[in-house]
Amino acid sequence: MELINLGIRSIFIDNMIFAYFLGMCSFLAVSKKVSTAIGLGAAVVFVLGLTAPVNWLVQEYILKEGALTWISPAFETINLEFLQFIMFIAIIAAIVQLVEMVVEKFTPALYGALGIFLPLIAVNCSILGGSLFMVQRDYTLAEAAVFGAGSGMGFMLAIVALAAIREKLKYSNVPDGLKGLGITMLITGLMGIAFKSFIGIVL
Amino acid sequence: MSTEVLEPTATTKKSEPLFSKRRRKFVLDPLNDDNPITVQVLGICSALAVTVKMEPTLIMAVSVVFVIVFSNLIISLLRNLIPGRVRIIVQLGVIATFVTLVSEVLKAYNYEMYKVLGAFVGLIITNCIVMGRLEAFAMGNKPWDSVLDGLGSGFGYAWVILTVAFFRELLGSGSVFNHQIYDASIMPTNSLFIDSIGAFMVLGILIWIQRTKTGYVEH
Repeated sequence: MELINLGIRSIFIDNMIFAYFLGMCSFLAVSKKVSTAIGLGAAVVFVLGLTAPVNWLVQEYILKEGALTWISPAFETINLEFLQFIMFIAIIAAIVQLVEMVVEKFTPALYGALGIFLPLIAVNCSILGGSLFMVQRDYTLAEAAVFGAGSGMGFMLAIVALAAIREKLKYSNVPDGLKGLGITMLITGLMGIAFKSFIGIVL
Repeated sequence: MSTEVLEPTATTKKSEPLFSKRRRKFVLDPLNDDNPITVQVLGICSALAVTVKMEPTLIMAVSVVFVIVFSNLIISLLRNLIPGRVRIIVQLGVIATFVTLVSEVLKAYNYEMYKVLGAFVGLIITNCIVMGRLEAFAMGNKPWDSVLDGLGSGFGYAWVILTVAFFRELLGSGSVFNHQIYDASIMPTNSLFIDSIGAFMVLGILIWIQRTKTGYVEH
């Protein structure tokens, strides 16, 4: 029950885009067509759902103060937390690369669809942000996995919705200076107001 | 800006002046015509997330300028040694090192601010401006040019986020740099501006004004 609650929270209420602005770059750049938005969204769900639990294990068994005691009790006072950023980003880059290879090998059709988006994901803020939030909020392994997948779905929901709006917007007469990024920002703000209505929902 | 670049430093005959016209463009272009946020659409995440108040925004801007200038310098020095296939990892490694440095300094000297900025200091690593400059400029240019380019992009980023933060803090909290300008009896503060929605709106309108002035139109 707790986990379902957390999952729903991370999709709607603590939405990566509307509450924390993470992954904005690709959110704005890849939201011109619905089909590409779905591809990127699926890739983010996949990678975020994988990196959050893996980085949890790294944090718990390598980085945390006293985490290395499983090797030898002598390491009790060692605190490697200052390596957090480098470790996390290296693991994310490695997992993205690994996912790319696995997908290419076993499901070439999916690889064709995700293709160019997979490598881009390594520098999507929402992936690293997911791992950093997970540490900040002291999640357990199961919670980290649910949080990762949920945040990914929240991102996918937001980017597909925005892409649908922007496809319709092509036929409207927008002032020159506002075309493209400007109007997209304002639309995102309005969508944010809609998402605010989820605040206060407790399951 | 113009005062510090007006006097070209005396250099040897062959090399061009330290602040030649070509080099001045590296610094001045990203400030307006080629701004990383409003024109190139990079680094939006942190531009929105930290701009509730002026003070954390200033710290963030300084950190990003520091990271971008030094990673540009290092990557530019290493540019002929990095194999093409692994360049992304190398770039991320260099950026992550400088971000760790910033984060540790902040933790040691200004723990309050470290708590406020939280995960967003770490997220400088994935700030697309830094990656974008390394990939697009530092990989193919000389160190000094890269430093200037980093300064330009950094300051272009800084003035935009400071402007956004100014309006958000003024309208949302009624203060500037935590100094109260007006209180609720004169004009009620609007909590929409503290919220994420205000950030999108302020940046959207800023982009509109800036693009109308420069005449840049996106198709």
